[in-house]
Amino acid sequence: MPNLKDLKNRIASVKSTRKITKAMQMVAAAKLRRAQEAAEMSRPYTERFNAVMAKLAASVGDAENAPPLLRGTGDDKVHLLVVMTAERGLCGGFNANIAKLAKADAADLLAQGKTVKIITVGKKGRDAMKRDYGQYFVDHVDMTEVKRVGYADAQTVAANVLNRFDAGEFDVAKIFYSQFQNVVTQIPTKQQIVPVDTGDAEDVDTGTFYDFEPDENAILTELLPRAVATQIFSALLENGASEQGARMSAMDNATRNAGEMIDKLTIEYNRSRQAVITNELIEIISGAEAL
Amino acid sequence: MAETVQFDLVSPERLLASVEAREVLIPGAEGDMTALPDHAPLITTLRPGIIRVSGVDGDKEYVVTGGFAEINGQSISVLAERALPRADVTKEDFQAMVDEATERLNRVKEQNADEHGLIDDATKLLHDMVAVGDHIGMSPN
Repeated sequence: MPNLKDLKNRIASVKSTRKITKAMQMVAAAKLRRAQEAAEMSRPYTERFNAVMAKLAASVGDAENAPPLLRGTGDDKVHLLVVMTAERGLCGGFNANIAKLAKADAADLLAQGKTVKIITVGKKGRDAMKRDYGQYFVDHVDMTEVKRVGYADAQTVAANVLNRFDAGEFDVAKIFYSQFQNVVTQIPTKQQIVPVDTGDAEDVDTGTFYDFEPDENAILTELLPRAVATQIFSALLENGASEQGARMSAMDNATRNAGEMIDKLTIEYNRSRQAVITNELIEIISGAEAL
Repeated sequence: MAETVQFDLVSPERLLASVEAREVLIPGAEGDMTALPDHAPLITTLRPGIIRVSGVDGDKEYVVTGGFAEINGQSISVLAERALPRADVTKEDFQAMVDEATERLNRVKEQNADEHGLIDDATKLLHDMVAVGDHIGMSPN
């Protein structure tokens, strides 16, 4: 049986752990609200952007002269996986789930004999992928300094991807991130970003004929890189909200566990204390009886 | 003919304006244009410039750095790369935009010495940006 002093120390340390996890939970809750707001603010842009892209793509169609970003390189050999995770841990399965999905996809592609290249955004994903897929890493984008994800950050990532595409380094690019459902559910998601996926053409109202200034192709050439950036931006925002949500529920669990542990330890402490007292009494009584 | 048209100005980070407008001046890539209600459907890219909205409740001006606009009979949506209400543009903001345009020009010059189209584009972007500055009474240093 552990002695009383040890138990007391143990209880004190679990109590301070509980304080920390509680504080982290509250911080995550505050950040989550901000992240959700940011995600919501970006929604009008994304929706309209996609609507316009769909219209444009429908009017250009699969024409031969469509820009390669839309049409693809006509090949499917080299896949670029952009794995977007958090910079910090202590957020439950958030990072691990994204990494798991990316790993499964990489394994799948390799089994099909394709070449895989990986760009990681966020340190945790890099660490998680390093052991099995370290040799496929081509780049890493560090987001440690970024406090609030802005469009500029997404543009940096997009520029990185697009430069590689222009240099012919890959045929297909996908992003891996976590979609924010609610505080307890975040869905690891993969999404193709190059060639640009314009969604279902059937939803588009083709009744309206648009004039284009300058012509369709010039607009497309300008818009497609932006489409990539926009997709990355909304993925980053979703990821931000998911991370905080995951951290919040992880820390909530940790706080609750610590509470349970304190209760158990306190009972054990009281029991041992009682045992010590009983022991002492027995000693005194048997000493008195012996007289 | 409808009196007003729904005007939305959105940047990736937020929705800046969503108002009923009587007319909107848009800095299109091939020249400024004013869109009135029931304008023919049009999609155009933007150059850096000023968007002027004459709304039901007064005029408003926004500085945009580029992006594109979708116009149809019922609505005008401007999707700007970056947009700020004109009153909120500080000298630092503007300087940052000009610096960015300058840097882009320099970068393009280094990379594509032979592709003149790109250099021209970047030069034009910078000039447009500077012109915006003159217009709102801020000249870059």
